[in-house]
Order: sequence, then structure tokens, then C-alpha cells
Amino acid sequence: MKANCILLRYGELALKGKNKKEFENRLVKNIREKLKQFPGCEVTRVHGRIFVELKEHHSEPVMEACSEVFGLVGISPAIRTEKDWEKIKQAALAITEEQGERIQTFKVNSKRADKKFPIRSLEMNHRLGGFLLGKLSHLRVDVHHPDMTLSVEVRSTHAYVYGNSLPGLGGLPVGVSGRVMLLLSGGIDSPVAGYLALKRGAELQAVHFHSFPFTSERAKQKVIDLARILTRFGGHIRLHVVPFTDIQTEINRHCYESYTITVMRRIMVRIAERIADRNKALALVTGESLGQVASQTLESMRTINAVTTMPILRPLIGMDKQEIMDISKRINTYETSILPYEDCCTVFLPKAPKTRPDREVAERLEARLDLERLIQEAVDGTEVIDLRPEQEEEFSCF
Amino acid sequence: MAYLDNSATTETDPAVISVMADVMKKIYGNPSSLHGIGVKAERLMEQARKVVADALSCLPHEIVFTSGGTEANNMVIRGVAEAYHHRGNHMITSPIEHPSVYHVFQYLKQKGWKITELPVDSSGRVNPADVETALTDETVLVSVMHVNNEVGTIQPVEEIGNRLKKYPKVMFHVDAVQSFGKIPLHPSRSHIDFLTISGHKLHGPKGIGCLYKRKNLTLPSLLLGGGQERGLRSGTENLPAIAGLAKAVLLAKEAEETFYQKYQTWKEMILTRIENELTGVKINGDIDDGGAPYILNLSFPGLKSEVIVHALEKEQVYVSSKSACSSKKEEPSRVLKAMGLTDQEALGSIRISMGRMNVEEDIKQCCDVLVRTIPALQKVMKVHKR
Repeated sequence: MKANCILLRYGELALKGKNKKEFENRLVKNIREKLKQFPGCEVTRVHGRIFVELKEHHSEPVMEACSEVFGLVGISPAIRTEKDWEKIKQAALAITEEQGERIQTFKVNSKRADKKFPIRSLEMNHRLGGFLLGKLSHLRVDVHHPDMTLSVEVRSTHAYVYGNSLPGLGGLPVGVSGRVMLLLSGGIDSPVAGYLALKRGAELQAVHFHSFPFTSERAKQKVIDLARILTRFGGHIRLHVVPFTDIQTEINRHCYESYTITVMRRIMVRIAERIADRNKALALVTGESLGQVASQTLESMRTINAVTTMPILRPLIGMDKQEIMDISKRINTYETSILPYEDCCTVFLPKAPKTRPDREVAERLEARLDLERLIQEAVDGTEVIDLRPEQEEEFSCF
Repeated sequence: MAYLDNSATTETDPAVISVMADVMKKIYGNPSSLHGIGVKAERLMEQARKVVADALSCLPHEIVFTSGGTEANNMVIRGVAEAYHHRGNHMITSPIEHPSVYHVFQYLKQKGWKITELPVDSSGRVNPADVETALTDETVLVSVMHVNNEVGTIQPVEEIGNRLKKYPKVMFHVDAVQSFGKIPLHPSRSHIDFLTISGHKLHGPKGIGCLYKRKNLTLPSLLLGGGQERGLRSGTENLPAIAGLAKAVLLAKEAEETFYQKYQTWKEMILTRIENELTGVKINGDIDDGGAPYILNLSFPGLKSEVIVHALEKEQVYVSSKSACSSKKEEPSRVLKAMGLTDQEALGSIRISMGRMNVEEDIKQCCDVLVRTIPALQKVMKVHKR
């Protein structure tokens, strides 16, 4: 007997009162979207849990896909069987045997939702426990700290048998918290910030500033690749690539070298805000962490933040570099992030950037630029790239 | 004509050839060049890498392109020896590995490494429990192939991987050259750290292969230079062959299930004919589920492999004696010897190996020729009178 369905559990959602229904619907929709790659898989929600019917698919790849959906806290392969005592026993044996010698102790936790089923849950616990002990000699029962809890649920149509669950990603289903605009460079931090925004249920769009020939086609491609990796968690992601060459050239011509970063970032925020407005995003997201580099001192943040009234979310604010790197490795953006291409933040890096930039100085310097025209041209020239998890390949030769 | 030496190499699929020709004509850039022509070549290479990664259910950056299986095997074993000798000086392998694994271990033995060669049973299979017993605090690497190239026995690499899970310091290498594209194996699910594959065994080009290297593991480079393949394998990438490999992988994946069934039917067909119509024959390896259905190894004690190969060749049936890489030496196969065969049995063995280009007619022809030729040879060599 092999797992023929997957049981998915969601945690925090259960607490969300009135919005519960909306959250649950969104979660199921996201799972269906994610499992589109497995034709025939059916997703159904019953009593605070979600079942995926595997049909002819193997459990592992489907479980892997589910482990990339925010809002789930537990994923277990399960056997759905008829409400027949012999079949339930065989399913319990199959689930336990599958674990091999990895588990030494277990307990049985039965639930009898269908009260017409003749065996009561306590009795079912005893009988199944005894049956398994007889079949598998290395096992012992431990009701307090078992290596595996074998769960049996007898419901109105079927019985479900499952063992330990893999942890899900947690968080909230993507899409329940509204839309945000991520400032995506090619570095390690911003993709992680985007991931964390997704984790809290935000729907993600991203903006990237491209300064050809100062930054290369490869740098742009790298950002596209990073955004595409995030689609595994976020579904559809729209990437806005802003032509930034003219603005950078103008900044370099007219501003003090020590202020170029400050002015550049103030302009980036203004452009991102406009693109966010146009796309009905309610907040900006950046990969800033406090004190990491010159532009991330509090003074600098205040000076940059002053150009917008839109909230700027900084999910990495409390994290050390190592923690950020750990997440980026886990979500597989790290290997792409470390590819060594110049990005817009490194090309014009001044020797001594101002660590405590002054708002008034920044404003005075910006007055030397034809700011409104530059920003409008950049926004109008923005290239929009829609990224989806299932992407058409670039070359058709194979 | 019946070409039944597909474990030595395969006929290149015409679709692979046309992809390669296309790439040679149109995408000649150096993937490392900064300009757009280089970028295009790099993009194609990355797409090919993704195709291979998908086939192994792994990440693209876990795939390193090499010149073939031999290089990948050398890279892992010599690389681990160089980079991890501070952890210990012991490695575990089997006596039935391909020469590109076997001889690297022989070399390391000379350099002072302790090498454990696990025993195999009469069908040529390693016992997973033996792997665990052989582990010491000094063990850094276990290397066991997936499907043996001479007899086709499938090694229990998944179970070995599962057992090794408890020993995070021990790395696990699997030479999957003979199984990739024919028998599914997912390195990450089986706790395999390194896995070798080769292009020309699955109707792809020669001179290309790759190594799956689990992420976050480091290996030193055998070749120093321009730092291609993330510094692991310098040398301008062989883009036409890489594209050809990707095509071959896709074609193999499409055909995997149907051909597995075909090979099973064909293998049974040969076995039935042999059992009914020949005497003085011994079937080597595992003829049930534990053996790859596309490899069949037969011994005709008293005859010489080479003579059988040529006699069959005369009738346009092409098989092999031992593995092609070691068949020029006149010695009993060490793989067959490890399985407990006598010298006579080992010296008179041939290998029939099927591929995707074979049709049922080839198998029939092979059977017909075998049942006609072998008794004639046995008569000349007076096999049954001894």
C-alpha cells in the first residue's frame, strides 16, 4: 500500500476570525495553482485541513511543491482507505514500515469522526498499537515522546492513516495581504526581503534599475532569474525594469561624489513609488538591514525615506548578514545572487559615501537636476516582464 | 545488422546531431565573453543545465559539465582525497566498479589511503549492511555504482544512501553512467552527494558528461585555468555537446518507461531461446528485478569471449566481451571473478546490451545467430567432451 493522498495542515489561519474563509480559499487556490504541474491532482478542503489526491503521481514531488506554499504548517503523506478495519490495519503497517528503523518508538492517535464506525477511538489505539508491535519487532510504544505519531481518522466516507508530517513554510497565503513593490537588485538581500514579504501574504511585484552599458545584460538576466526563483513561492511576479543610465549619468555630473548614493536611492524610491501607484501596490519593500552599509544608517534611511509617504517595509531590519545568507541558501537565490556582475549600486560607488547624509543637502543637489523629466522618462521607458513558475524556455532547439 | 553493444556506446540520435549542428552554426560564442554573443551562449548552456537538473530533480548549480564519466569519477574521488584528507584516510568501494573508479582507488591505495573493497554476492551485488559495517571514524567516501556495466546488476544505492544518512561526514558517490535515463534515481532523495553521468551512453555525443555535486559541498578542480563551471572545471565549455546532451536527456526521459518494458520483454526472449536451445551456458548477474533489463551477460565455459564476439560479428551481430574499456587485455574480468566465476566461465563471457535504437528484429537476429553459432564453436572447441 502506498500513500495515495497528502494531508496538509494550516496553522495561523485558524485564528483569523471573520477573514478565515477568505484565507482558506486563497490557500486552496494557491495550492491548486502550485499543483497545476501535476495534472489530475485534486485539492479539497475538509474540516480545517486540506487533502491532495495524488492519482497516479508520486508523493515526493507533490510534497516538495507543497513545501513551497506559504500558509501550510504540516505536510504528511497519507493513505486513504475504505472504512474497513483490515484495510486500516494494512495502511497503518505500510505507513510505519515505510519509516524503517528510523523510528524506534511510536504512539497511535485515532479519531472517530464517524460515530457509526464500530470501533471506538481508544480501542482502536490499543488494537492498532498491539498489531504493529506484533509485526515490527524493533518498535516500542512511547505515549509521551514518540518518534512517530501514527494518526488514524475515520471520517464519513473514508478513513485516513498518516505518520509524522514534514514542516511547511508557515506564514500566510500569498495574496491575502495586498500587493507590494520590491526594490530588487542583484544582491543577496533583496530577494530574501521579497521572500519574507511573500511569507506574510503579500503579492509581489518587483522593480529593478538597469544602467546599460554600466551594468550588463547579464546583470539584468540575473535579476530576472532571481525573480523567477521567487515565483516558486509567489506564483506570478511582475518585474519592472527601469532604464536608469541617464539618471545615473546626470547624478554623477551634478552631485557631490559623497552624495551620489543618497540622491540615487532617493530617486529610486520616487520611481518605485510611481510604479507602485500605477500597479496598485500599497507599500515598497527593500532589502535594507540596519547599519550594514553607508546607505543603511538611520540618518541615511531618514533622508531617503523623506521622498515618499508610502510605507517602506524592511523585513531584514533585525537580521545579521549570516541569517540573511542562510535564508538565501535555503530558498536557492544565493547561488544566483553571488554571480559577479556589476549592479547599479556598485558601478558608481563613491570612495567615501556620506554615512550621515543631510536631507537639505540632498534636496539642494537634486535641484540641479531636471528631476521631474528624468523620473517621468524612466517610468515611461520601463520594461515590464511577467514571470511565472512555468516559463517558456528561451531556446527551442531542445 | 544488430548493434547490441549499447553499454559500450550508443548510436547518436539524429535529433541530437541536428541540435549540435545547429548550435555549432548559430551559437558559437564563448559563454564567458561579456558581449551579447557570449551571453547567448551562456543562456543556452544554462538552459541545458536545467534540463539535466530536472532529470535528476536537483538544482541547476548542482550540475557540473565534464568531458565524460571518467573525468567526473576522477574529479570526485581524487578531489575528495585531496580536500578531505584531514577528516580521515579511509574510503569504501566495491570490486565491480568501472575502471575509471577502480583504478583511481588503486592509485589512492599506493598513496597511502586505506581502501575497503566490499564483497559482492554471486549476482554481483553489494550488501548495504556491509557498507555500514565497514565504516570507521576515518571514512570520508563511499563509492558504489548504480548499474554495473558488465553484468547489469542494480546496486542498492538508495538503501546505502539511507543508511549513510546517519553519518553526515561520510560522502556518497554513485557512478550512474549505465543507468541514467533508463532507471530513475534522484540523488537528493537517496542521500547521494555525487553522481556521475555520461552523454554517449544514452544516444548523446561523446566527450560530454556531468557530475551532480550536492550543493554546499566543495571539491578542488582537476583542471586549473579560466575557472569555468564555478571554478570546478576550467576550459571553454563544449557547448554543442552540452546542448546535445540536453537533447539526449529529454529524449531518454520521454522513452524511459516504454523502453524499460521493451527491454524486459527482449531480455526474456533471449533467455527463453538460450535456455531452450543451448547447452553449456551460464547466465551471469541478476535476471530478475535486481538486474537492468537492457544488459545481459552470458558465459560459455570453454569458449573465448573474443572468438564469440568475432563469430557473431561475422553474422552482423555486435556484442562485447567484458566492458569495452578493458576488453583489450586477455585476462578474466575482475568483475566476474569477484562474483565467484571460475576463470573458464569468466574468459568465455559476452555482454549483450540494448539501446533505444534497437528493434525486436535485432533481438530475434541475435538469438538466431547465437543458437546457430555457439554450438558450432562448442563443437570445434570440444566443449561437451571434456
